[in-house]
Amino acid sequence: MKSLAELQALRDQMKDQMGIRHDAKDNIRVVVGMATCGIAAGARPVLQRLTEEVAKRGLKNVTVAQTGCIGICQYEPVVEVFENGKEKVTYVKMTEDKIAQVVAEHLVNGNPIVEYTIGAAQAEAKD
Amino acid sequence: MEELSLHILDIVENSVSAGATLVEIRIEYRFGEKPWLTITVRDNGRGMSPEVAGRVSDPFYTTRTTRKVGLGTALFRQTAELAGGSFRVWSEPGKGTEVTAELNPLHLDAVPMGDLGGTYGVLVQTSPGVELVLHAVCDGREFTADTRQFREILGDVPLDTPEVIAFLTEFVRENFAEILRGSPLA
Repeated sequence: MKSLAELQALRDQMKDQMGIRHDAKDNIRVVVGMATCGIAAGARPVLQRLTEEVAKRGLKNVTVAQTGCIGICQYEPVVEVFENGKEKVTYVKMTEDKIAQVVAEHLVNGNPIVEYTIGAAQAEAKD
Repeated sequence: MEELSLHILDIVENSVSAGATLVEIRIEYRFGEKPWLTITVRDNGRGMSPEVAGRVSDPFYTTRTTRKVGLGTALFRQTAELAGGSFRVWSEPGKGTEVTAELNPLHLDAVPMGDLGGTYGVLVQTSPGVELVLHAVCDGREFTADTRQFREILGDVPLDTPEVIAFLTEFVRENFAEILRGSPLA
């Protein structure tokens, strides 16, 4: 079972990796909606998977944060990606699998997955 | 909500929005003659007037200006009442708020606790600057997860480092499973 002694060992391990920070200009901020609507729709496992994938790939330039309700509850879980000098990308109806793909395709390779964005979801609703 | 731990996540998000710097979550199971679970979330946020506190679990009341409904506490009340329990809110402006839900954890309509570790990890990660104390008790066995203690151990290593969050999530999952061992919920 996890103990506080293990946390001490983890600290010593992490200390060596600290200080490796990317330039602020290539920072990517990923925000997950965590209001009642987001939580009820499954935002918690999405945020957990996002954090796991970011850690696994060692993406030091990615910050994961949360936001409240942005008024599109029917599209929750909602994830927004903010990159310097680029337009915000809003992903909707996210799942653990979809967020893992977003990390690989968008955050690592720089290609947003249009199919999962709010624009695609709204176009589909109109058809 | 399919898990009590999701209600807890939602209620603590309210505390964080209310400017709390310390949030204490207490979970207590008792499996005696009358099985009982009490969940309390107490914060030192800005608090509410008695008028507002009395209306928080009315789904058509909210202090938000962007929409007209506030479902979080209403849903938690419903979850507690469906499992033979009750829900109450104490609050005082400038002092803080305490939300208490009580229910029978063995009731046919009781919602399970679910991933308490996941809730704790997500809260620590997304609430920088807020101290989160989780205290869980089951028939005398107990454990505490306290960000103030974790910060002390971690020193310069930030609490929201992904590897640390993964550790804290597992720490709560394992310790919570351990105190429930031998109980009817194990």
